[in-house]
Amino acid sequence: MVRSYILVCGGTGCTSNHSGEIINALNAELKAQHLDEEVKVVMTGCFGLCAKGPIMVVYPEGAFYHSVTVEDVKEIVSEHLLKGRIVKRLLHTEDTTNEKVLSLNDTEFLKKQVRVALYNCGVIDPENIEEYIGREGYQALGKVLTEMKPVDVIETIKASGLRGRGGGGFPTGKKWEFAYNQKNDQKYVCCNADEGDPGAFMDRSVLEGDPHSVVEAMAIAGYAIGANKGYVYIRAEYPIAVKRLQKAINDARAYGLIGKNIFNTGFDFDLEIRLGAGAFVCGEETALMTSVEGKRGEPRVRPPFPAVKGLYGKPTILNNVETYANVPHIIRKGADWFASMGTEKSKGTKVFAVGGKIVNTGLVEIPMGTTLREIIYDIGGGIKNGKKFKAAQTGGPSGGCIPEQHLDVPIDYDNLIAIGSMMGSGGMIIMDEDNCMVDIAKFFLEFVVDESCGKCTPCRVGTKRLLEILTKVTNGEAELADIDRMEEISHYLQDNALCALGKTACNPVISTLRYFRDEYIEHIVNKRCPAGVCKGLTKIVIDKDKCIGCGICKKNCPVNAISGEIKQPHVIDPEVCVKCGLCITKCPKGAISRR
Amino acid sequence: MKSLQELNAIRDKMKNASQNRQQGSDDTIRVVVGMATCGIAAGARPVLNAFVEEVAKRNLSNVVVSQTGCIGMCKFEPIVEVFVPNKEKVTYIKVTPEKVARIVTEHIVNQKPVTEYIKIN
Repeated sequence: MVRSYILVCGGTGCTSNHSGEIINALNAELKAQHLDEEVKVVMTGCFGLCAKGPIMVVYPEGAFYHSVTVEDVKEIVSEHLLKGRIVKRLLHTEDTTNEKVLSLNDTEFLKKQVRVALYNCGVIDPENIEEYIGREGYQALGKVLTEMKPVDVIETIKASGLRGRGGGGFPTGKKWEFAYNQKNDQKYVCCNADEGDPGAFMDRSVLEGDPHSVVEAMAIAGYAIGANKGYVYIRAEYPIAVKRLQKAINDARAYGLIGKNIFNTGFDFDLEIRLGAGAFVCGEETALMTSVEGKRGEPRVRPPFPAVKGLYGKPTILNNVETYANVPHIIRKGADWFASMGTEKSKGTKVFAVGGKIVNTGLVEIPMGTTLREIIYDIGGGIKNGKKFKAAQTGGPSGGCIPEQHLDVPIDYDNLIAIGSMMGSGGMIIMDEDNCMVDIAKFFLEFVVDESCGKCTPCRVGTKRLLEILTKVTNGEAELADIDRMEEISHYLQDNALCALGKTACNPVISTLRYFRDEYIEHIVNKRCPAGVCKGLTKIVIDKDKCIGCGICKKNCPVNAISGEIKQPHVIDPEVCVKCGLCITKCPKGAISRR
Repeated sequence: MKSLQELNAIRDKMKNASQNRQQGSDDTIRVVVGMATCGIAAGARPVLNAFVEEVAKRNLSNVVVSQTGCIGMCKFEPIVEVFVPNKEKVTYIKVTPEKVARIVTEHIVNQKPVTEYIKIN
């Protein structure tokens, strides 16, 4: 009989912090102490607080240990599991109160969160189908197949107000209805797990922590629209997610939860995985389906929309991982329950992957309508090192930057678009005063230029021209008219690019120009980067009065740009200096700075 | 699997596992077993396991069995404390696995503490 469970995070973040070795060490130590019959170690999906990994929670006490190492294992077993004494030094310390918190649920990080899509993440073993079933798994599929007609399913999803979580926000029920109304003997259900936005890992975490929810939801979608075949398109860069999803599909098949004649109702449904080779454009729906067919991943003109003519020319629905993860809950708990969360036009919750200059980097699920301020300061613990918040980037390369004056806007699809960004898939990068907004725009444009598939000229050439102008700005070679040129190209892109990725590729430029135009002007007119990021515009100088002539900077300079006699002030040759900043970190007197 | 009944059977079997992985809410009854060296030496481990089994057997969803360190009266170990919300804590002494079933039935289910296990002779 198991009296205690040790849940260890097996998400990608914690795995790369050696949580696998911790699991092995725990099992070995439990055996040595003869506790292996009473205490069970379970590898789970993401708990969300990735910044503090590897994470471990010991039940029934619910003790939340973070930053655990293999060396800590002996103490955890002998103190907590043998003698019942909580290992206090490994507990989480709240930044605001400086107090130790026992349970993860009591942390500021989790208090404001509502977990729907992440319901099972960090609770069950994703590789064990019975644990998923134990948490009401596959009940929704059973209910749909035995009690509901396809139209009832579609009506429920429509009534819930669920909108696409991949970024566009199209009403999911409507999409299903379009496909349902198509008369065709073959239809398809697809899942978009080609999460490509820099800094985004929501879909990966759902697949790693709760793969069966996606399998179940796709079977439900198949029943609703009349499809018996599904494809999950997932990036090959997500090896753990691919492995767990494949195991989930195999197990579901072995248990008869997908396959032929499910629950003896005559409904057949099967799933296959297709690996993406890491092209950003394959996250666009038409390009994704072209890629599933085995062709080069390029978008095509819509209409016809996939619901009419999609994969192999057949009616197809394509939803994102997180969208699917919500479906079984909506079926089980009802549309009203789901619609009770969120704002008027955006129902339910949204998962964000919060990263950048924030204390609690990690995975956050909040009801729609939560403000950015709550995410950053209450859940996220504020900006790192007490710096000042500058902007939050949402929506990846298709999104934009949200400045401080909009921190209190309730987050939903429509509000984010109104302030010049977008929901996107849920990547959120927090920036502080040390970030240069021109540099950020340049970063995203570099990404888009790399990833543009090249099929249409506006995107292929337009993004390249934009990047060239941005590079000029960061090197201090631009003129004010270049701002107008960028705006002109951007508007042309929005009107003429073939697919959504091209149309939105200029958003990082437009939104930074909208809120941080003065930074652009500072770069162009005064040839100065206010944040000191753009290397072409910064100079590293030694303060003659503070320099004691110790020579440490000279010794460390990788390009020998520093000269000077011992005990005499040193100087940097700006022609040679590559502005790496190493000397700044090495100077014992703080005499060197970026100007 | 060909029926919902089979699915429900697996769910019910696994319920216990997922229940032990949740934290109690405000109305949860907590059974705490002293598991310091003195407790373990006096036989607290079989007592702890007996509680876990008994609670699972009776499918009590509002009970959490956990352990703690030394309660401080080592000569009365194994000691078990039962916390029922809004009631005074009850401390059982010299508990054996045989006494567990009665504590669970009378105290936890029927809300009547087993007074004879409380007395210090």
